Amino acid sequence: MNSGDTAWLLTSTALVLLMTPALAFFYGGMVRRKNLLSTIMMSFTILCMVSVLWIIYGYTMTFGPDVRGLVGNLSWFGLTGVGQDPSSVYAVTVPHLAFVAFQATFAIITVALWTGAVVERIKFGSLLAFAALWFTLVYCPVAHWVWGNGGWLAQLGVLDFAGGTVVHVNAGISALALAMVLGPRMGFKEGESMEPNNIPFVVLGAALLWFGWFGFNAGSALTAGGLASTAFIATNTSAAAAGFTWMILGWIHRRPSVLGAATGAVVGLVAITPAAGFVPVWAAIPIGAIASIISYYVMVWRAKANRVDESLDVFACHGVGGTWGALATGIFATTTVNSAGSGLLDGNWKQILVQLAAITATMAYAFVVSWLLARALKATMGLRVKEEEESVGLDISQHGETAYGGVS
Amino acid sequence: MKKIEAIIRPEKLHAVKDALSAKGMLGMTVTHVNGRGRQKGIALQWRAGEYRVDFLPKVKIEMVLADEECQIAIDTICRAAKTGREGDGMIFVLPVENAYRVRTSDCGEVCIPGK
Repeated sequence: MNSGDTAWLLTSTALVLLMTPALAFFYGGMVRRKNLLSTIMMSFTILCMVSVLWIIYGYTMTFGPDVRGLVGNLSWFGLTGVGQDPSSVYAVTVPHLAFVAFQATFAIITVALWTGAVVERIKFGSLLAFAALWFTLVYCPVAHWVWGNGGWLAQLGVLDFAGGTVVHVNAGISALALAMVLGPRMGFKEGESMEPNNIPFVVLGAALLWFGWFGFNAGSALTAGGLASTAFIATNTSAAAAGFTWMILGWIHRRPSVLGAATGAVVGLVAITPAAGFVPVWAAIPIGAIASIISYYVMVWRAKANRVDESLDVFACHGVGGTWGALATGIFATTTVNSAGSGLLDGNWKQILVQLAAITATMAYAFVVSWLLARALKATMGLRVKEEEESVGLDISQHGETAYGGVS
Repeated sequence: MKKIEAIIRPEKLHAVKDALSAKGMLGMTVTHVNGRGRQKGIALQWRAGEYRVDFLPKVKIEMVLADEECQIAIDTICRAAKTGREGDGMIFVLPVENAYRVRTSDCGEVCIPGK
């Protein structure tokens, strides 16, 4: 047991936990003012719900003893046998419970991420039902494939330092499936303007996400040393390069927008996530910059096509950014940074194929299961609020509150 | 008595207020409003691309004046709020039946500040 590693992992856990309320503000600022509370509430409630599910059965389904490479078995149900002594396979220098806590925060934010696709029209109860099912049937298995001891993608040799496929590709593609089944917001097809109510909230959210992401990526080293330091500076560099690049893209179009810079920084953080502990620090610059360029044009195309109301572009940010990051890991990974992985620059071109396999498998599985779950809920409890509830806003119709009340 | 409702550019509020006080017209109520006219809307930056805003922010000044002062106020506001571009605003004039001051219950033109 190493006290330095334990201290860093517990600190990182608190940092990553903060990312979910940060996401609440990031998303909350972008919706119309009548839906601000409802958007914040989605992330906040998911934080509460998934935290509990995680210790009951989520941890054992994800990290418990392997069943055919697909999922963990239930022998650690309710954290039976998981205690203060280190695990023999995961984070072997820290208490097993510290690893449980750290991983809980990843499960929470991944579930919260796709809520950006369904804001301003989903029924709150249906959102929670979908969240619980998605956590159980999509997050836990996919995380097991990549990070579980014996997971089939782990055995294939996929490199995913902190969750490019598990978190971002997974949430991004699921967001798309859910938005397709749910349908667009009233007025979306007619081109009604959906004005962001509070851009400072978006920036506040992005800044707190950035801060928390140091725990996400540098914490994923699971030790407090050189590897954590590499991941830390790579994370900051990618976010900065991407935020700056996005600002320039907006400027070329018209103006260097604040909303754009904040979005870019988050996309840069997404892209460096799978790569942070495998690539040299300089590689974080192209990883971040290219992530912004790809995401930006996917978003422009999504807005022009005006077909699917994937409202806050979870797919364009996380699906696309995560895909690029996972491929970039296969390009830039080098054994001089981390003996666990080498990529194209090391002459190991096969790694790109492995990365591609992991991306494809995650996308296919997550899309199909999310789509089926959404259809099933639509047919039973229904997904959308009534028309009049949507026009009055979800804050009042779902929660009986308003963000800015009173006249004095 | 007349009531003037002047809808002007927010950035012209200071100039209009100062010009009116110079003429001894002190009382006014100001609200932030959104509206549209010939200027129509403008485009603002979204994360990638842009979106249209159909209603633009303006400031509405409401003031009640004696009949003979009304035209002076209108001329003053027009002079101070004008840029010559679309979107300078509108002034509406309405008849007023009576006015009361809450503190003293006085009524009529005597309530108008500056009188």
